Amino acid sequence: MQPLTNKSKQVSRKPMSLLERAYLPAIFRGMAITFGHMFKKRPTINYPEVTRPFSPVFRGLHVLNRDEEGRENCTACGLCAVACPAEAITMEAAERKPGEEHLYREEKYAASYEINMLRCIFCGLCEEACPKDAIYLSETFAPANFQRKGFIYGKNDLLIPNPVTEPEEYAKAKGGRVKIK
Amino acid sequence: MLLSIDLALIIEKFVLIAVVVMTSLLVAMYATYGERKVAAFMQDRRGPNRAGPFGLLQPVADGLKLFFKEEIIPNFSSKFLFILGPCLAMLTAMMTGAVIPWGDKVHFLGRDISLQIADINIGILYVFGVVSLGVYGIMIGSWASNNKFSLMGGLRAASQIISYELAMGIALIALLMVTGTLSLKTMVGFQMDGYWNVVKQPLGFLIFLICVFAECNRTPFDLPEAENELIGGYHTEYSSMKLGFYLFAEYINMFISSAVVVSLFFGGYDIPFMNDAHMLEKVGTNWMALMHVGMLFMKIAFFLFLFMWVRWTIPRFRYDQLMNLGWKILLPLALFNMIVTGALVLLHQNNWHF
Repeated sequence: MQPLTNKSKQVSRKPMSLLERAYLPAIFRGMAITFGHMFKKRPTINYPEVTRPFSPVFRGLHVLNRDEEGRENCTACGLCAVACPAEAITMEAAERKPGEEHLYREEKYAASYEINMLRCIFCGLCEEACPKDAIYLSETFAPANFQRKGFIYGKNDLLIPNPVTEPEEYAKAKGGRVKIK
Repeated sequence: MLLSIDLALIIEKFVLIAVVVMTSLLVAMYATYGERKVAAFMQDRRGPNRAGPFGLLQPVADGLKLFFKEEIIPNFSSKFLFILGPCLAMLTAMMTGAVIPWGDKVHFLGRDISLQIADINIGILYVFGVVSLGVYGIMIGSWASNNKFSLMGGLRAASQIISYELAMGIALIALLMVTGTLSLKTMVGFQMDGYWNVVKQPLGFLIFLICVFAECNRTPFDLPEAENELIGGYHTEYSSMKLGFYLFAEYINMFISSAVVVSLFFGGYDIPFMNDAHMLEKVGTNWMALMHVGMLFMKIAFFLFLFMWVRWTIPRFRYDQLMNLGWKILLPLALFNMIVTGALVLLHQNNWHF
């Protein structure tokens, strides 16, 4: 039969030489190797203090966007929920009342907006489907939780901080991915 | 006047004993930390770094964890011996420290206090006696567990220590022939005046070191507690602080063995390339003692590192290889070393100069 590779080697069964049988030279060589490893650069990242840089196309936790006046972009059209292959998004629409113009950009808004982070596959199709630039995938990921219901993120968790009243938090949450038109 | 008791001497010795025991415990504590750090560094990891700065509080956390764990004494065990096992292991590990000269002497409250708990003239024999007692802690504990894996571990420990004790003793006999004394203090004194014993007895040192590894049950001789074969060997049934005592005893043994190796072969508290008498005039007795103790601890630290270095480099022996090494290689080598040394000493005494 033809061998698959040419890497196979005949096992050498010749008795060990005196130097090999003394073991100590081999042990010293091994110890030199392990000692050399003490000064190597360690690949570990000290996680909570240092984080690994994400690539610019990383798709993480969702953000519900606001415009520059701090009004919510979302009009609860439901296109994201339709586009979602994992069926992770649910929402309820409501009508904007007079006097709420500073809160919502258009006449219709999402009264509740929930994403189940256990179902979400972070594909980013909701971001592509959104006609209002209301939803974006940010550069963080969902933190661990003790309960399943803790992974159902409501509007409180998803809304980006108001750029007018909290500009610093807004910039931090915005990261590099959210574009404002 | 033979029976008159010097109260100050008793207090002095008690303080010294307390200090030595505390130091051994502290060193053993941080040896566990060092072990984990060295292991991590050799495997390109970071090691414990969460508890305190650089993870320095890790041993405290480990100790607390062991104390808070449930203490289980198996129904089928022999209870008295089960508890006696770890106590014996700890006791014998501590006892060896009594004859090691930790330094020359300090001058305190108008008294010269020797930094050695007991300068007995058979110091090395005492070390031997206590070290071979050390196996009883393991044997009794493993037998009392009434578990076949524990018993296997105990059997291995016993036969291993018997096999290596012989070579160790004979290697030391050669050393005794060269120095002509059994007292560790005198031996260190000789080394301070002349060469370190490792120069005169390199082969003896090698044999002794290998045997010390075996006596401490350290890799590559850690067959009594081989985790993957014996589920922890002699301490399979132990939990909580009783397990902690076994593990602790191992580290104390390492520390004390390093101290013995240093005292016997590496000049003890001798500071190399320094004129001690000259320095003594310059800095005074107490500073001198401090420097000596510091030097001794640096040497001990190196040997502790060596223990860990070897552990994280070489794999464990198979049991028949272990016995082959002990009986067929180390013992004849030690005998050869003894005979050659004896011949050389005899020639030297008959005015042959070389």
